[in-house]
Amino acid sequence: MATLHTRSAARLMIAPSVLLLLAWMIVPLAMTIYFSLLRYNLLMPGMEEFAGFSNYTYFLTDPAFFQAIFNTLAIVLGVLFITVVGGIGLALLLDQPMFGQGIVRILVIAPFLIMPTVAALVWKNMFMNPVNGIFAWLAKLFGLQPFDFLANAPLFSIIIIVAWQWLPFATLILLTALQSLDEEQKEAAQMDGAGALSRFIYLILPHLSRAITVVILIQTIFLLSVFAEILVTTNGGPGTQSTNLTFLVYAQALLQFDVGGASAGGIIAVILANIVAFFLMRMIGKTLEA
Amino acid sequence: MARNVSTQRKLLTTAAAWTIGILIFFPILWTFLTSFKTEAQAIASPPAFLFFDWTVENYFEVQSRSDYFKHFMNSVVISFGSTLLGLLIAIPSAWAMAFAPAKRTKDVLMWMLSTKMMPPVGVLVPLYLMFRNTGLLDTRTGLVMVLTLINLPIIIWMLYTYFKEIPGEILEAARMDGASLAKEIIYVLTPMAIPGIASTLLLNIILAWNEAFWTLNLSAARAAPLTAFIASYSSPEGLFYAKLSAASTMAIAPILILGWFSQKQLVRGLTFGAVK
Repeated sequence: MATLHTRSAARLMIAPSVLLLLAWMIVPLAMTIYFSLLRYNLLMPGMEEFAGFSNYTYFLTDPAFFQAIFNTLAIVLGVLFITVVGGIGLALLLDQPMFGQGIVRILVIAPFLIMPTVAALVWKNMFMNPVNGIFAWLAKLFGLQPFDFLANAPLFSIIIIVAWQWLPFATLILLTALQSLDEEQKEAAQMDGAGALSRFIYLILPHLSRAITVVILIQTIFLLSVFAEILVTTNGGPGTQSTNLTFLVYAQALLQFDVGGASAGGIIAVILANIVAFFLMRMIGKTLEA
Repeated sequence: MARNVSTQRKLLTTAAAWTIGILIFFPILWTFLTSFKTEAQAIASPPAFLFFDWTVENYFEVQSRSDYFKHFMNSVVISFGSTLLGLLIAIPSAWAMAFAPAKRTKDVLMWMLSTKMMPPVGVLVPLYLMFRNTGLLDTRTGLVMVLTLINLPIIIWMLYTYFKEIPGEILEAARMDGASLAKEIIYVLTPMAIPGIASTLLLNIILAWNEAFWTLNLSAARAAPLTAFIASYSSPEGLFYAKLSAASTMAIAPILILGWFSQKQLVRGLTFGAVK
């Protein structure tokens, strides 16, 4: 049905988006690669010189780098675990008949709509603060010593805050998927004598697999780059205990003004994200086609 | 409802779901309540839940001390600006891909999605320098540009999945009845496309409003939207819980309301149509 005329019109209509995204991808990325090969510090303008791969060796031998890789993975995996497991449980619960389901849904979705800086600061000050926080008050209520979350368990605290923000997302998507499960199938399984557990394993979980994959894919993209939550709570510390790769590069660039080193870090982040994306896309390609 | 559920069980589920729902919502509720306390009450132990002297002082204080409204307007301009600009670029593209698909349309779409996989730090340094050298740093224009580009793939994908559902036969029927192209667009296509465009608009405003990597890195005092303004509370002086709460409440309220109205579209849009 598409004639030659509409075909070229279509190309013309698609062109602006493709060109913009292409430019957005290639120009800055090429510049990052170029900078990563220079010795270039903003505090010493005019002193740029070619440095080969020294920025990379600097970055790759920095102990902070391995800590950052570990922290990045810990945040991604920790949050994924909490949100997927919690999301399945919550979705199963919300799928049951109850009074005021709409209101509960609204309550559960809310954290996803909160901007990261607000979420992190509210948790940091009003909940996790060892003196004035609600958790400290609860601890004292039970006769325990208040725990300084962000000083003693910074990474864990950040995982909790980020998981709180993403749990609604997982729940909402899994709930939507659950609701598309045929009621009759569940009944049939029940009549055939399948218990709650085997219904869950053989009927519900396979039905949810596509939604779970989508949740993992989308969350991973965002979780690899958690930034604001770290910036306003721990600032990467104490030391580098809660620095992830995104934060490390930011610190190198905008706090140390080391353009070359930060660029090398940026390129390493891109490579790592691509490795993750490659496996993720393969895994997801399989589920989505099925 | 085919299944018969005993009232007892229903009550039990209701209790469990409400408890969990309220627990999850509690930090937001607490922020809202705290915004009406005095600073002293905000850190009182044991915490005061409802019985305190309600005051709206904090809201005025936040405005007069740090010109809250300016940052609020920055957020409005940046999120609406980037969304509208994005729609302007994306609508023709999504339209063409949905109604005149070529062999490689699917590949183009996947590629667009893959641009979202690039971690922002990969391009932070050159972008920061470019912005600094061209005077775009700490301007609304600069942030509108960046957010438009970041969210463009999502806008295109969402629109595409919506447009895909408009049946092509309707167009042909209109044409058979002698409708001109202009009439076809005004009377047939636009009404059918508007719901999809509206949901895309809504979702994208939420995403842009809450974006907190580029807004934090590329703005300072002048163009800072609420994300960056609130971040300035991370190292404050003196008592500040009540003021932080007031500022936070004002920052999240508009988006909470928008988001609650668009729950359904949220799922669809965020999963690129993979889960409906």
